[in-house]
Amino acid sequence: MQAQFLMGVLTLMSVAAYYFGRRRAVFMVGGKIRDLHSLPSYYGFYAAMWCGIPALLVFMLWMGFESSIISYLVVDALPQDQRTLSPDRLNLVLNDIKNLVNGNIVSREIDTALRAAADRYIRLQNIIRAALSVAVLVLAAGAGSWTLTRIKARQRARNAVERLITIILIVCSSIAILTTLGIVFSVLFESVRFFQAVPVADFLFGMSWSPQTAIRADQVGSSGAFGAVPLFVGTLLISLIAMLVAVPIGLRSAIYLSEYASPRFRTVVKPLIEILAGIPTVVYGFFSSLTVAPFIRDTGGLLGLDVASESALAAGLVMGIMIIPFISSLSDDVINAVPQSLRDGAYALGATRSETVRRVIIPAALPGIVGGILLAVSRAIGETMIVVMAAGLAANLTVNPLKAVTTVTVQIVTLLTGDQEFDSPKTLAAFALGLLLFGVTLILNVIALHVVRKYREQYE
Amino acid sequence: MNKHETTNKTIPTARSKTKDIVRQSLKKRYNRERRFKWHGQAAIAVALLLLLILFFSISGKGYTAFQQTMMSLDVYLDPEILDPEGSRDPAVLARGDYGGIVKATMRRMFPEVTGRQDKRALYALVSSGASFMLHDKVMENPALVGQRVSVWVPADDEVDMLMKGHVSRDVSEADRRLSDQQLVWIDQLVTEGRIQKQFNTAFFTAGDSRDPELSGIRGALTGSLITLVITLMLSFPVGVATAVYLEEFAPRNRWTDVIEVNINNLAAVPSIVFGLLGLAVFINFLGFPRSAPLVGGLVLTLMTLPTIIIASRAALKSVPPSIREAALGVGASPMQTILFHVLPLAMPGMLTGTIIGMAQALGETAPLLMIGMVAFIVDVPSGIYDPSTALPVQIFLWADSPERAFVERTSAAIMVLLAFLISMNAVSVFLRKRFERRW
Repeated sequence: MQAQFLMGVLTLMSVAAYYFGRRRAVFMVGGKIRDLHSLPSYYGFYAAMWCGIPALLVFMLWMGFESSIISYLVVDALPQDQRTLSPDRLNLVLNDIKNLVNGNIVSREIDTALRAAADRYIRLQNIIRAALSVAVLVLAAGAGSWTLTRIKARQRARNAVERLITIILIVCSSIAILTTLGIVFSVLFESVRFFQAVPVADFLFGMSWSPQTAIRADQVGSSGAFGAVPLFVGTLLISLIAMLVAVPIGLRSAIYLSEYASPRFRTVVKPLIEILAGIPTVVYGFFSSLTVAPFIRDTGGLLGLDVASESALAAGLVMGIMIIPFISSLSDDVINAVPQSLRDGAYALGATRSETVRRVIIPAALPGIVGGILLAVSRAIGETMIVVMAAGLAANLTVNPLKAVTTVTVQIVTLLTGDQEFDSPKTLAAFALGLLLFGVTLILNVIALHVVRKYREQYE
Repeated sequence: MNKHETTNKTIPTARSKTKDIVRQSLKKRYNRERRFKWHGQAAIAVALLLLLILFFSISGKGYTAFQQTMMSLDVYLDPEILDPEGSRDPAVLARGDYGGIVKATMRRMFPEVTGRQDKRALYALVSSGASFMLHDKVMENPALVGQRVSVWVPADDEVDMLMKGHVSRDVSEADRRLSDQQLVWIDQLVTEGRIQKQFNTAFFTAGDSRDPELSGIRGALTGSLITLVITLMLSFPVGVATAVYLEEFAPRNRWTDVIEVNINNLAAVPSIVFGLLGLAVFINFLGFPRSAPLVGGLVLTLMTLPTIIIASRAALKSVPPSIREAALGVGASPMQTILFHVLPLAMPGMLTGTIIGMAQALGETAPLLMIGMVAFIVDVPSGIYDPSTALPVQIFLWADSPERAFVERTSAAIMVLLAFLISMNAVSVFLRKRFERRW
């Protein structure tokens, strides 16, 4: 609450700085604005910028370190026997203190030492917050008024403001890079810890997956098996089924829409097909587990086949439906990018439309179509909700689409949604799987995007 | 089939006229043409049919959830039970045995029921939420104690399913959740007009619950809303800023190439990987609370940024150079040109991209599972740190629940979610149609 109040005051001060900065600039030239280097509002922004931004930076820096500083001071004041605890235990104590401060449930008896520590925590927090408020406000006021006194007619206010905007723009665009780095480091860091417990070769080539780790070392199955081959096979099987559904339907509808359909038909049908891409995957998962899977099981039963109720076929089929619009709109784009002269040439030789499509357009568009299919494969491999809800958990090593299989994404979700200590191999395995998933989809995407781009350049 | 093979076949051994050969093959070629065209039509028909099946199977299961079977009870709010000392003290009233009152009411309606088992079966007809409703009613108006009031309370979900025809009466008693005796009571209540289907307000005003008849989507919807607002507030400015920088200011060099490839690639990274990022960075490293909409919003921001950036860049690209040249020509700085002339013209396209990104974020489930927004949360969240869930996650949770009654609620929640998505997309189409300019 206090932080929000401080932010409010800071905003108000910046607004005031803007107002006075603008007014002072106009006043300096006696109202003759053309004598100013920049428009008056830039002087206002200049003052506001100096008033608000340093104070804001200090505030954010402080908030980032506040909790660790206070924790350090509180731990320092704890009784001797608690201070010498191992870091893990100490952390628990600290957590209890924080819970006590926030009025949450505390896991142990509240003794006087804990109570004292909590009081100390609150007191320190209050002192530090008060100090912070004063520091931030003084800084804002000081920097703001100093800037105000420095405003002159020939000052390049606009350039300064624009430089700041450029810096903001650059910071924003580096967020995308930071995201990728964040992904790589977060999965890599945990994966390395996982591979310290489980050798890489066992993980990549092991044939059995049962990530149970026992609480006691002498329990049955205490070792746990982290051989991911069954997961890879399951993922590939489901993706393959999905592609078998999506590629023919998607490609054929793209051809029809771009080569045969009238413009009116196209404007109506294309968005309708694209609705399929906008439906949340959790809806597909529900559809798959409640409508498609029972249907397949019953049909299989009629034919005398033994179909698992969570068959790879059900998940794959529904995933295929989801991917149809990807294939169709990506292929549609590349088919439309084929120059009209190629079509005209084929027609002039007497080819029918289908011959033109098959002999001229598809070969010309093939790199783009392949790129689109690769993107769709990467999508299928990374798809989570459909398989979580429709595919099973049993890591069967099979290519029979009527059996239940499990996938990489299903295992990530299962391993991370239960109650688990954070550094058991079981949880870390999820990050190793995530690393693998990220790596594979990254390679697919880079190849696909490269192919598509090259193809576009060819015809531009 | 090889290209040359077929052409070679048609080259005759004798020197007959090419014309004849062409004419002979025409019928076959036209047939093939028709078949090819038909394949395309069939593919589109299949795709649209699948869409229809999807919608019908969901709405066919879900529409019944907008009604709820209610039961009319004539309750005697016995002061002996609720307030034996007659103090009418709210603290005493709050602790009253309202469940006992509901049970007493049921016994009065069926005085012939005596056995322990039978009584329990009778009580099972009414939802456990009935006592809470009475509690709330009394707390609101303590003067009701000692009076007879007639209230509509939700019936148990099994009764609800029976009334909606989702449970068949024809199967043997052992395969049913409701016994024959319970069916007789229900029929009696129906003929007395004491059981009715009414509009299911609880579905829109309640949070999650273990009892299907008491559960609603308000908590999930609020959670989704808070998450989405955070996502919008962060991803729109950052996305637009990135697009402006890359499209208008960035020098063409290796570094901007890297950023560019990187953004295109991020758009295709599986969403669950963003969940792993959120878990490792925001929760474990920065220590943000689990299950909080704040973390959900941050993760979804990172996920939707590429979409917004790509759409915004396309929008900036579509603004013709003449606008920039004119502004620069009258002496505007490059920054002024972009901010005051190019950006406003590109804004509709950017907004369209943002809405599409938001629709994606609204339907996203997997990353939210990773950051713990999958917990069973009854309360409606009221802040960015409150534990909460989101609508798609609620759908996932309900889809996992064994009760038959959750199936229709899941479908109904999906209908609500789809309604939101469709209206968001409609807005974006409208924006595009209304403000799109061909230069």
